[in-house]
Amino acid sequence: MEKNGNGLVVRLSNVVKTYQTGSVEVPAIKGISFEIPRQRFSMIVGPSGSGKTTLLNLIGCIDKPTSGSVAVGQQDTGALSDNEISDFRAQRVGFIFQNFSLIPVLSAWENVEYPLMLLGVAPQIRRDRTTRMLEAVGLAGQHRQRPNELSGGQKQRVAIARALVKGPDFVLADEPTANLDSQTGAAIIDLMRRMQEEYATTFIFSTHDPHLMSHADQTFTIRDGQLVDHATGVRSC
Amino acid sequence: MLTLKIAFRNIFRNTRRSVTTLSTIAVGAAAVLVFGAYITYIEYGVQTGAVQRTGHFQVFRNGYFTFGTAAPASWGIDNYGSVLRLIQEDPVLKSISAVVTPVQSLSGIVGNFDNNTSKTFFGTGFVPSARDRMKQWNEYGTGSQGLKRSGLKDSDLSRGITGAGLVRILGLCDRLHLDNCPIPPPAAESAVTAAAAVSPVDLGELAKRDASPISLRSDSDPTVDLLAATAGGAPNVVTLQIARVELQPLKELDDNYIGMNIGLAQNLVYGRGEHKASGIVVQLRRTEDMKTARARLLSLFKEHGLDLELRDFTELNPQYNQIIGLFGSIFSFISAIIAIVVLFTVTNAMGMSVIERTGEIGTSRAMGVRRQGIRKQFLIEGSLLGVIGATVGVAMAYVVAYAVNHSTLTWTPPGQAAPVPLRLYMTGAYSLLTLTWTGLLVVSALAALIPANRAARMTVVDALRHV
Repeated sequence: MEKNGNGLVVRLSNVVKTYQTGSVEVPAIKGISFEIPRQRFSMIVGPSGSGKTTLLNLIGCIDKPTSGSVAVGQQDTGALSDNEISDFRAQRVGFIFQNFSLIPVLSAWENVEYPLMLLGVAPQIRRDRTTRMLEAVGLAGQHRQRPNELSGGQKQRVAIARALVKGPDFVLADEPTANLDSQTGAAIIDLMRRMQEEYATTFIFSTHDPHLMSHADQTFTIRDGQLVDHATGVRSC
Repeated sequence: MLTLKIAFRNIFRNTRRSVTTLSTIAVGAAAVLVFGAYITYIEYGVQTGAVQRTGHFQVFRNGYFTFGTAAPASWGIDNYGSVLRLIQEDPVLKSISAVVTPVQSLSGIVGNFDNNTSKTFFGTGFVPSARDRMKQWNEYGTGSQGLKRSGLKDSDLSRGITGAGLVRILGLCDRLHLDNCPIPPPAAESAVTAAAAVSPVDLGELAKRDASPISLRSDSDPTVDLLAATAGGAPNVVTLQIARVELQPLKELDDNYIGMNIGLAQNLVYGRGEHKASGIVVQLRRTEDMKTARARLLSLFKEHGLDLELRDFTELNPQYNQIIGLFGSIFSFISAIIAIVVLFTVTNAMGMSVIERTGEIGTSRAMGVRRQGIRKQFLIEGSLLGVIGATVGVAMAYVVAYAVNHSTLTWTPPGQAAPVPLRLYMTGAYSLLTLTWTGLLVVSALAALIPANRAARMTVVDALRHV
């Protein structure tokens, strides 16, 4: 994969998202447009309730905008059917969740292998890539352990490996350090940065963790569902 | 494969709930199988009793079964010996039949004139050795049921067997030294005596008037005199020595039944005229050959221009279908209740599982699992519950069947007079096993359908937000 290549991974055009609560319409995103370049550490930041997670959900194609469009690469995701959008996510989007969201009945190894099985990757290739990815996140020795036998940091490492193993267009990470202590959080940030560079992947975060924000290549600041600031070259380390 | 792995592991994620659900399915499966095995045993037992008594088929003169039973003398099969040989010597029937023998039905009046009592009777004349061979029929291994060995000889026309009620009514209990056979109270006895006093001519005298007495009396066994009308309408009398008393399953039968050598029955019914038989019994080695036998018999009758009809054991024993139908209805009712209980239990368990795993469903969907993938996941889990529960249930049923079959429990089947060992027929009941196992699998899968659809319909964002 081309490192630091040109081009956009995501383009949002006048995206509006409104939730219906009973008879009341609650606007979450109020006409946001921006573009996220490839192979960067991009961060959507803002206070709680500002619409960061909603925006991340729209980019990740797990939610649909009320109006406007979300394009991933050249693909307008609004035109895809439910099955097509599922397949699209399986192939092109990796997720890292705040609460890790590993499948509890699967071992670390099986959790990482899972996305490859969904894609129908051949067993031998699956085994090689899973093993390599677990080694890359430093969990080669814990591959047989189930999530309840792992620490928070280890779980998030498994989640990172799971998100990256299929070689997605971009990885969405929703507050990935929120449930970790500062030291573990820092280690996880370093790991993600290293993986982003090693695998030339695009990471898109939603966060209000200042330490994570200090690693951003660019930030999009959201407040009350609107884009209020866009800065590039924030990275401080 | 992964879906199956996830399903299997999720079943044992909440051990208590899974064990409760699996126990319900297993107990349900075991209950259906044990009851089904019991019904199979009953069916085989009742069939064995019926086939021992009446054979698989009886051949009658056409119309006898519908009209002739009240006057068997008029409906005898002409030249029955040749019909008998025709059946016995047919190569197809020879290979599948166990016994082919004539019988003669009759009715009349029986009297014990030592005690001045008489009453109506109905009876059957048979070939004692053939009847004893029929008694050996035991295709399903249900044990000895139905007829006892008569203890009669083909060459001895004088001896016969009666129902226990008949000898009680005739006041022969003390002479036959029978247990549980009361002597009539004085009032009843005097009424009987008074009735006898006004009788101008008793049957004993009629018997003495008969020109050709048949029976030879023994000094030890009591005798009764039988009066019947011959085919020509004349009264005829023979004497029967009671060699054996058999308790009959129905009181009406017990109070009226007399069994005797067919020669004696023919002498009584036909006198010196041509001896006929009211029926020819065909007992097959195996019930499954009935179709072949029926086709062959009808073909033979047509081929030889014989005006005969064929009745199978279900027609000759109408209680057979009634008993099977009754137990079949009870079985269906119990199976339906168990299916409903399993349905609700699995639905509840799967519903709880869906609620608990909402976040997991959201994660899977976010990772690219399609809606039908989620549906399939929960359907497989429900089906697995059914498979495991039903399999454990089958094992439980075998254990229960083994315990019951090795116990000393007995019961008296419908239509039988004596108790027999209680058995559960699991071995060979493969269709019952397959149906129960598959049925529970289908019910469990159906029960999982509603929760599975609910899981599949969840929106990813809502599922991920679920705590």
